Amino acid sequence: MKRLFLIEFHKLKNNKAAKILSLIYFILFSAIALFASIKFNFGSIDFRLADQGIFNFPFIWHFNAYFVAFLKLFLAVVIVSMVSSEYTNRTLKQNLIDGLSKKEFILSKFYGVLGFALASTLLLFIVSLILGLIFSDYDEFNIVFSDLEYIFAYFLKLVGFFSLCLFFGILLKRSAFALGFLFLLWIFEGIVQLFVKFQAESLDFILNFLPLQSMSNLIIEPFTRLGIVKSAATQLNSEFTKSYDVEWSAILIVMGWSFIFVYSSWKLLQKRDL
Amino acid sequence: MKTILKLRELTKKFGSLTAVDALTFNIQKGNVYGILGPNGSGKSTTLGMVLNVVNPSSGSFEWFDGEMNTHEALKKVGAIIESPNFYPSMSAEDNLKLVCKIKGVEYSRIDVVLEIVNLHDRKKDHFSSYSLGMKQRLAIASALLNDPEILILDEPTNGLDPQGIHQIREIIKRIAAEGMTILLASHLLDEVEKVCSHVVVIRNGKKLYSGPVDELNATHGFFELKSEHKDELKSFLETHSAIERYDEADNDLIKAILAQPYEAKLINKECFEKGILLTHLVKRKETLEEQFLKLTKNQ
Repeated sequence: MKRLFLIEFHKLKNNKAAKILSLIYFILFSAIALFASIKFNFGSIDFRLADQGIFNFPFIWHFNAYFVAFLKLFLAVVIVSMVSSEYTNRTLKQNLIDGLSKKEFILSKFYGVLGFALASTLLLFIVSLILGLIFSDYDEFNIVFSDLEYIFAYFLKLVGFFSLCLFFGILLKRSAFALGFLFLLWIFEGIVQLFVKFQAESLDFILNFLPLQSMSNLIIEPFTRLGIVKSAATQLNSEFTKSYDVEWSAILIVMGWSFIFVYSSWKLLQKRDL
Repeated sequence: MKTILKLRELTKKFGSLTAVDALTFNIQKGNVYGILGPNGSGKSTTLGMVLNVVNPSSGSFEWFDGEMNTHEALKKVGAIIESPNFYPSMSAEDNLKLVCKIKGVEYSRIDVVLEIVNLHDRKKDHFSSYSLGMKQRLAIASALLNDPEILILDEPTNGLDPQGIHQIREIIKRIAAEGMTILLASHLLDEVEKVCSHVVVIRNGKKLYSGPVDELNATHGFFELKSEHKDELKSFLETHSAIERYDEADNDLIKAILAQPYEAKLINKECFEKGILLTHLVKRKETLEEQFLKLTKNQ
């Protein structure tokens, strides 16, 4: 495993595009966090996002995990190109000739995926911890380290999404096509959702099984959980209750998809003549 | 002798086209093999199959008597096929480091092989800045990294300028002289003739011949003769017991095909005694090209 990860790491380390994109990603990541802590002056009103309670432990785990997940698109580009460039440079062929098996090749890419997801998750944890320690009204140990399942959910969400990117990269061999397909899948899922909501409400359950939807189900939007929004909502509708927990079913479905994507990447590669 | 590679009825079909048709041959350690065949005869597809990048339709192959599976075996093989494939944004050194990681070879070999192909001075430069000749030399360096049991080269001089071709040939000759087993696929016959001891001739995916180069055409060779006394020479050749027949070639050359082994100095002496003064006398065997054309025409 270490050997395969080091092979992939060596490729990424020496790839300029991957290096720059990853760097932008991690800078943006930190910048967004800093942005929230800036004070805005709207005339006489001082407004600071950080003062709205979003950085309170343990809510901050949920809030940050939900938000920075959008940035995963940056890394998606890196993942897709690290796969498709192996086709365009014919280095995949050379790797196999040099004695890497097709299974090892896919595994080394998957370890790359895990590496990216892990690095991003670690950063999320550290940045959130720092922001929380600065702005949170609560800093008891028990509270600080509660609700950490959101961090795990974030990790799984990235692994699932990157596995999908890996699969598209292997399937389509060109980064532009793969990213286009990703976009198409997103639109397709949107259409299915609309259809189910308005035409076939009894089929509701299948929505949870759509790949992108299942990933977004992992971390439910945190806005309505915010103090102000919540009190407004309960005033309008006294029965406003919603579960924000990370559901076991969602975890299992995303794990299932990740496995399917990586496994089919392998099978696909095995069947192909290069 | 140790068998390095065995092919048994290896076949590849692309739809209705049969690119490689039931190919069977063995590669023994220590020999230099040439795979000959016109473009599109299935050479690269055959190599692709034994190198794990093309899936065979039927038949089988076995590396090192089946002691290990294909991808493990390939770590003991050095191969370059078609164009040199490397990561363009990596330096030569980094590219070779990656190959070391894949094959499980020490980094210390990198300098050794770069020295062999004369690229040591440029090792820090990006691969994309290399000329085609340098890329091909780097590919050979990469194939030599693991000090392989067999070196497989597919059209190593394709697309190179004369100087590049010469450099590659010199490298191959040097490696062959050190006793390494080499499998060289080419459609350039003089290339194969210069270095190979054995040949496999294929056309349309079928094997036409495999064996030592010398036995490809088991004749005794021929004399090329020229004389101002042309008619006397002809009648002399007509009656000579060692000459099977003769053809008149261009520019007054007479090609006399031998029926049995015969020395050039003897024929020279006999001619002189008959008062036929030769201005040109060469004894040679048919070139691989002539033999190859004959062989492929007969089928």
